[in-house]
Amino acid sequence: MTLPNPLHDNHRYIPNSTDDITEMLAAIGVDSVDRLFDSIPGDVKLDRLLEIPGPWSEIESRRWFRETAARNQTAVDHLSFLGGGAYAHSQPACVDQLLLRAEFLTSYTPYQPEVSQGTLQSIFEYQTHQCLLTGLDVANASLYDGSTALCEAVLLAERVAKNRHKVVIAKSVHPHYTETVRTYIQNLGYDVVEVGWTADGRVDTEALRAACTGDVFAVAIQSPNFLGVIEDYDAIAAVADAAGAVKIAVVAEATSLGILTPPGAHGFDVCVGEGQAWGVPAQFGGPYVGFMVVRDALKRHMPGRLVGETVDVDGRRAYVLTLATREQHIRRGKATSNICTNEALIALAANIYLSLMGKEGLREVGMQCLQKAAYLRKRLGDAASIVLPFRGPVYNEFVVRTPIPATEILADLEHGKILGGIPLAPFFPDQPNDFLVAVTELHAREHLDRFADALIAAVARERR
Amino acid sequence: MKTPAPSLIFEDSRPGRRGYKLPPLDVPEEHDLPESLLRGEIADEAEVSEVGVIRHFTRLSKLNVSIDAGLYPLGSCTMKHNPRINEEIARTPGFALSHPLQPDHQVQGNLEVLWQIEQALKEILGLPRVTLQPVAGAHGELTGILMIHKALAKSGNPRKYILIPDSAHGTNPASAAFAGYEIKELKSNARGTLDPQTLADAVTEDVAALMITVPNTLGVFENEIKTFAQILHDKGAYLYCDGANLNSFVGIARPGDMGIDVIHSNLHKTFSTPHGGGGPGAGPVGVSEKLVPHLPSPTVERREDGTFYLDFGHPESIGRMRAFNGNFNVLVRALTYIRSMGPQGLRRIAQLAVLNANYIRARLKGTYHLPYDAPTLHEVVFNDKNQTAHDVHTLDIAKRLMDYGFHPPTIYFPLIVSGALMIEPTESEPKEELDAFCDAMIEIARECEERPELVRSAPHTTPVRRLDEARAARSPVLRWKKG
Repeated sequence: MTLPNPLHDNHRYIPNSTDDITEMLAAIGVDSVDRLFDSIPGDVKLDRLLEIPGPWSEIESRRWFRETAARNQTAVDHLSFLGGGAYAHSQPACVDQLLLRAEFLTSYTPYQPEVSQGTLQSIFEYQTHQCLLTGLDVANASLYDGSTALCEAVLLAERVAKNRHKVVIAKSVHPHYTETVRTYIQNLGYDVVEVGWTADGRVDTEALRAACTGDVFAVAIQSPNFLGVIEDYDAIAAVADAAGAVKIAVVAEATSLGILTPPGAHGFDVCVGEGQAWGVPAQFGGPYVGFMVVRDALKRHMPGRLVGETVDVDGRRAYVLTLATREQHIRRGKATSNICTNEALIALAANIYLSLMGKEGLREVGMQCLQKAAYLRKRLGDAASIVLPFRGPVYNEFVVRTPIPATEILADLEHGKILGGIPLAPFFPDQPNDFLVAVTELHAREHLDRFADALIAAVARERR
Repeated sequence: MKTPAPSLIFEDSRPGRRGYKLPPLDVPEEHDLPESLLRGEIADEAEVSEVGVIRHFTRLSKLNVSIDAGLYPLGSCTMKHNPRINEEIARTPGFALSHPLQPDHQVQGNLEVLWQIEQALKEILGLPRVTLQPVAGAHGELTGILMIHKALAKSGNPRKYILIPDSAHGTNPASAAFAGYEIKELKSNARGTLDPQTLADAVTEDVAALMITVPNTLGVFENEIKTFAQILHDKGAYLYCDGANLNSFVGIARPGDMGIDVIHSNLHKTFSTPHGGGGPGAGPVGVSEKLVPHLPSPTVERREDGTFYLDFGHPESIGRMRAFNGNFNVLVRALTYIRSMGPQGLRRIAQLAVLNANYIRARLKGTYHLPYDAPTLHEVVFNDKNQTAHDVHTLDIAKRLMDYGFHPPTIYFPLIVSGALMIEPTESEPKEELDAFCDAMIEIARECEERPELVRSAPHTTPVRRLDEARAARSPVLRWKKG
């Protein structure tokens, strides 16, 4: 087959065309573009074009992708109560508008600080927000997401504790996070020990005490946990301290930090979590932003990039990537992490969101989530057919149990254009009738009433 | 004139200012949390108006250079044009508002996108399966090495070592170490490539894989790649390719046809998704047949009736590499790009990227020293040997380029080149931009001879000048504190 001649095959994203190519070839001193590929052996070269669709115009792309997106049933035209680690909060219009500024969107990792102060200062501000919110001392520039942030925290704890081989992770930590930890550490010789919950949905501290042997380097819990229940940080910290383990708190619903006492105030060493709730759409799971904040004493064990303040030769305040000797491009096989590219633009989104909401807004969002969830729980709790099985304190998410399998109830609600929750059975097979319901400031009272009425009616219908 | 340093958002704060509004609370102002669980105000958090926030971040943005403003020739980073249709498509509400834990029947559109991009990458890479879970190149490396470990462990011995050439990216040894291996570094030859004999001597029954970048970080194609595969496969070891430089041969040759067992592809490089100041990326990993059982779970599959589902039935999988479904909305952007390019366009990427790099090489050779003379593809690595006589070094040249309006190339990498200047223009640059860059480089070389102090003290025109990096590391200030 004849392959297209690069002299005449112009594309809108590739400026050089016939005359340019001819002149450049002459300057290089070769007679064809193909000659530039002589170093690739002929027997590995493709003698045909790739078999893929395209090239498409923008018109064709819009047509296909819009039709494809329209085949999803989403919060676009459904009333959604989905959470479980990805939450629908209000996204201030400013956030996305500012993200689209080319100077942020189309720049690289800020290796050259003189021409990257915008990105560097923004990361420094992001780090500051994380410290204020978690009550800890030092935050990094971002990690991939909440699950991999927990992996990095576990690896950090092992480096700090040295020569211990077990990590205790509460069973009420997001199951995807724990699965990811198991994947990450599978060849490193560490064991994961899971500890369950008591009837109130909080970590079973007696079981935790039993699990915390001298070989445990870290205890990781999530609050609010995957069941929505707020943990007793002090009780857990006391048990972990007795074993000399590093205390890791996971926060998967970041807006909770606006109103709940932060892990740093309870002596936790590390707080990691998922920053998606700060103004980032759920977008089927990513991109999100993982955060990590630690006590000052642990900063040199930190994975990933850190931005620090300094001055230039004229004495002007400026920012720069720092403590880089921890990182892979310097320390290579002995680095604190393999991470290079992180989630800078999503960290910028979080910074803009947190700056807009500010001291008062973060509190108001948190209180509205809390009070609206309390209202819905009260409405559901009044129905005889519905049980809220865990009585521990909750923020904006909680487990609902009915006499019917959750998947059937949720299918019923779906007919009424309600995405009613996340069934727990795929994570906890012994809870077939339970599902997670998340409430945010996006829900008006009428939405909550509609959901309560629909759920009560669905249970009645399915029971018949 | 010395411009003042911009304020931090926290310094812009004034009590009582607001940047948001929520609807009034429409449920009773009640909750049942004990006061002990509630925090007081978030001390020192910002209080800024919407106007203040917009101005603050707009002003910050103006302190950055970007690919939209001009050539950004960071070697190995592939700073190419980021088409805006990709951004528009990713913001389609049906994608943006979809939730990662929705059941398959509600997200058929998303699953088709994932399935389609896997089909495209399979064809581009010439490999039977591709996982879309990894969200960055290094994440892909870890995924790939974990799969190799799993496959070897299944056959009785996971082995001990990963071989890595001395020209490799730092993520390679770091990823291999986190996957449980020790690293053995292999020396490059005078061409900057790996000698088959060096590899053959190093491959023992204890070696799990070779991890190699193709073309390597000098831009030189490893023309013995099929021999490497043979040597490794004969000893039951694997060939891992760092696909950071796929941009140079996409559509021209396929990793699968070279005997490569695993390759990650940085979608934020070859497939145009924006770097965003350091992410998000995506690092899908293609694998050969024998590694397919070990792919991360779940995978996306298509039924005969054309519907799609997440398949969790992989008992030999390495497990899950991340919560949910990877960086879905980065994958949407990359698929949009692949469709926009089509088969001819993908091939043209490599052709023009290589032409542009060789044009720079031809124009600057002679002015700057070329430590390795082998033919190069998409990037060219010079060094400062001709300039050090005037006591001007790579760092100075890089900083001086900023005064000419260009982002510097990657510097001091690869490590096998002393004072490296690693230049990758990509296919996005028109000839006139390349000429302006080369003119600037030649002018700087002249300055090195005639006015070396001007270059040593550069940059002179940037928002800030050279920074005291030692001070930042010696007494780290990593957050703002109320003064």
